[in-house]
Amino acid sequence: MPEMTLIEAIRLAMDEELARDPNVFIVGEDVGQRGGVFRATMGLFDKYGAARVIDSPLAEASIVGVGIGAALYGMKPICEIQFADFIHPAFNQIINEAAKMCYRSGGEWPVPMVIRAPYGGGIGGGLYHSQSVEALFSHTPGLKVVIPSNPYDAKGLLKSAVRDPNPVLFLEPKKGYRLIKGEVPADEYTIPLGEAKVSREGTDVSVYAYGMMHYYTLQAAEKVASEGIHAEVVDLRTLYPVDRETILASARKTGKALIVHEDNLTGGYGAEIAATIADAAFTDLDAPVKRLAGPDVPAVPFSHPMQDWFMLNPEKIAAAIRELARY
Amino acid sequence: MSLENETLLDMYWTMLLARRTDERAWTLHRQGKIAFHISGIGQEAAQIGAAFALRRGYDWIAPYYRDLALMLALGLTPLEFMLGVMGKKGEPSSGARQMPSHFGLRRANVLSHSAPVATQSLHAAGVGLAIKLKGEDKVVLTTIGEGSTSQGEWYEAVNWAAVHKLPVVFLVENNSYAISEGQDKQMAVPSSADKACGLGLPGVTIGGTDLVKVFETISEAVTRARSGGGPSVIEARAYRLTPHSSDDDDRTYRSREEVETHKKSDPLLVAQAFLASNKMATKAQLDELETKASEAVEQAVKDAIAAPYPLAEEALHPVYAEEVQHA
Repeated sequence: MPEMTLIEAIRLAMDEELARDPNVFIVGEDVGQRGGVFRATMGLFDKYGAARVIDSPLAEASIVGVGIGAALYGMKPICEIQFADFIHPAFNQIINEAAKMCYRSGGEWPVPMVIRAPYGGGIGGGLYHSQSVEALFSHTPGLKVVIPSNPYDAKGLLKSAVRDPNPVLFLEPKKGYRLIKGEVPADEYTIPLGEAKVSREGTDVSVYAYGMMHYYTLQAAEKVASEGIHAEVVDLRTLYPVDRETILASARKTGKALIVHEDNLTGGYGAEIAATIADAAFTDLDAPVKRLAGPDVPAVPFSHPMQDWFMLNPEKIAAAIRELARY
Repeated sequence: MSLENETLLDMYWTMLLARRTDERAWTLHRQGKIAFHISGIGQEAAQIGAAFALRRGYDWIAPYYRDLALMLALGLTPLEFMLGVMGKKGEPSSGARQMPSHFGLRRANVLSHSAPVATQSLHAAGVGLAIKLKGEDKVVLTTIGEGSTSQGEWYEAVNWAAVHKLPVVFLVENNSYAISEGQDKQMAVPSSADKACGLGLPGVTIGGTDLVKVFETISEAVTRARSGGGPSVIEARAYRLTPHSSDDDDRTYRSREEVETHKKSDPLLVAQAFLASNKMATKAQLDELETKASEAVEQAVKDAIAAPYPLAEEALHPVYAEEVQHA
């Protein structure tokens, strides 16, 4: 089984889906000849041509809005937003149009489309190339929100997203694009949306994470294991609709829950998981539900000391696990 | 393209039916029988001229909320409209989920639209892109008010269509008001069609009360779009003869004298005069159509009143496409 990086797995998924279905096409800024600023679509323009890998005008609302129109006509657009920080001009099209159209048309006009966007900090990107936007979108019935944490899942989840009959926001941890490697079968496979995964079994503390923070959480779990703390790690994978059963089963098993995300704490995605656990697993808990998240400042600063202060890392996560385990 | 007598009478009939349906909705509102109405009175000639320039049932349409006449021309029935204003079961645009006149009609290739303005323009560009990618010769008509051409998404849509030479006709129904704001508060150019020259596509301004002129101009744009010649912007100038909606009081921002002056160029009266002066219809024929329209509208109201409301639990679905069979 070949080993590949996260971004190679994402590219492979798109390559396979373009080959499988003539209605699939890619649209976004610099996705064509340039192959994307992160090179996610590298080689696809040469392989499939300008009509299937389309360089768009520099206007994010239009990338999504045009994608919606094409989807309504029977196409399967994969819209790329260059950085999640630039998705906000398309917020109206995603929230008011793509997410609501199936419902508001009584099921007459479902919108099968994928919106890909690299998210997250730690790459020297400052306020506008580092944002985590998942909480803004995981409040929206009609939309699915997916975040892969490793190459195997990325390929399987993205292929499912392309085949899904609904709008799917596929957020990619950009810091992990070339950092996270793993084995990816060349064979056809998909991973269902809506299923979390216990990525490490444990008995003492349940740690919930996704994307880049899941990668760090596995490292943190390894660190504390040598100290005798057995953390169970749950990779959420799909944030909306979320897999409540897997989340609750783990919390009931360990009795302690820690949610880790890079996005700001207040109103962040972790609040929903914390509420779910507190609501349905309260009597199984041995400690308060804890959250470890980014600080409540507007976004990640550029200069390294400030960036490092903002960002979580395996050491900070390990410290939070130890503290909760001691409770 | 010239119009046969029979076609002109059919156009007039649809205008008349739209007018009487629209007026009846106002009456129902003033009687306290419906909660809301938003009107297209004054814009019927622009809409009917456009509808008849299309291959109905073949071409695609992304309308907006004043397009009752357009929708009737595309096959919406007065009963279906009345089911909508009463929020009754079987309303085809949204299953009575949306406010009245938020149109959509899958069987006639009419996309669902929302209340945030100009979102539909991008969907039209997307449908145009899909038509082009599939190598078909369909055309998309999308409508909008002049105030909404202030939105970035309208510019983005027109720009997209121009850059990619998409088969889209952008019809601006200039009714002189965006709620209370006159055109001078929306743009510094004499017509929204003048914006087209900055985006590299033809822009034409015409009188929107002249049925034949609208038909001819839009037919030309449709022919150009169908043959690969790209998009056009057409502004049809009319006057909103009613308040913005049933919740508006237009006495707060325009004089009665102004409205009365414009009533003299009511498109329905203009069309009647045209038919009479060209000896295309006798007074007896016009009277007969009046009777027929009144009967059709009264029957629709009666049937809509007798129709059931949706069940409360229908509100649960279909959030996602997988639930459509439960809707």
